[in-house]
Amino acid sequence: MHDHADHSHMTDIEARVRALETVLTEKGYIDPEAVDAIIQTYETEIGPRNGAHVVAKAWSDPAFRSWLEKDATAAIHSLGFMSRQGEHMQAVFNGPGQHHLVVCTLCSCYPWSVLGLPPVWYKSPPFRSRAVIDPGGVLADFGLTLPDGTAITVHDSTAEMRYLVIPERPKGTEGWSEGELAKLVNRDSMIGTALADAP
Amino acid sequence: MNGGADLGGMMGFGPIVPEENEPNFHADWEARVMGMVVALGAAGQWNLDQSRFARESLPPAEYISDSYYEIWLKAATKLMLERGMITEGELANGHAITDPVPVKRTLWSTDVPSALAKGGPVDRPAETQPAFAPGDRVHTINIHPDSHTRLPRYARDKLGVIERVHGHHVFPDTNARGEGEQPTWLYKVSFEACTLWGERAAPGDKVTLDLWEPYLKGLK
Repeated sequence: MHDHADHSHMTDIEARVRALETVLTEKGYIDPEAVDAIIQTYETEIGPRNGAHVVAKAWSDPAFRSWLEKDATAAIHSLGFMSRQGEHMQAVFNGPGQHHLVVCTLCSCYPWSVLGLPPVWYKSPPFRSRAVIDPGGVLADFGLTLPDGTAITVHDSTAEMRYLVIPERPKGTEGWSEGELAKLVNRDSMIGTALADAP
Repeated sequence: MNGGADLGGMMGFGPIVPEENEPNFHADWEARVMGMVVALGAAGQWNLDQSRFARESLPPAEYISDSYYEIWLKAATKLMLERGMITEGELANGHAITDPVPVKRTLWSTDVPSALAKGGPVDRPAETQPAFAPGDRVHTINIHPDSHTRLPRYARDKLGVIERVHGHHVFPDTNARGEGEQPTWLYKVSFEACTLWGERAAPGDKVTLDLWEPYLKGLK
């Protein structure tokens, strides 16, 4: 951190970002209120609850599940989750003996429309480098051990296709409503670094 | 390019450390950078692939050690300087000095919900048929361009199987070079993990990548 006499309370990067925003605003390239609105949308409206809704519906509605298998883009958009970084979607389904894990080794592709903004670990070199070559070791970092003989498929997001993992429906949830089921769906289970919560 | 961003299969970064109850932003400036970069997309001065190239062409040591939104900030600044939208003097002063260049549009706050909902689909109408179908065996090409590509180093010159035809999508390699979208077929290609990583891979494990037709050659 650098201390400057005129803004000693600001770090260097805060000062750089503030200077840039002022210049861009004065030149008419951006509207600072639009920046506020974008931030607000991701802080309050777009997040993993959207994805949890998709998963709970897939667990309880066989017709929706099969639509999701065939055309996840249309199925997910039908629920109203159709924003940036969710223009093209594919759902991948965990089941006995098969586990899916999503990564973007080249940058940070992530289904914003259903999961919100990605966590720091998803964008970090440790995850991006290792998920493809040592998926079992990555899952171990998250405290997840899969049953012996489970094959792992890692989906490296190299195009604009965004992946949503549909975790296995937890046992003991027969007869649960979609709303109740959605509460068991945590964000990491939709990336593949966790399972859905137990009831 | 073989830059700091192409991380698949690199070693030595240590364990993944998830943060409990992680906030979307760790500082206000991160939120401002995210919002500004999204808003600047409306100006139409660069496309997605050009912005990715601006990030991945940072010097590898910087790319790997900078925080995520710092990379966004550096890349957006570089793109705007290149296009004469801003000057070094303005960044140093924190105020506009020169006239703005004409841009496609400014995203106003009232348009934010519709702009975010619309997103930026990259599928384009097709006049050709896909060369490959699910089940076809393919061989990825071996390329090492100085410019942008979405064929990662670890998946070059490898045997895979077409799993799905995703559609007809903008081709990043040409789009990033300003040579147009040149849309082409996009496939989901599945690779046995042992094909990519040898004996260390667990039998049955797979890696899939979304790869464009020019990256693939068919096998008899």
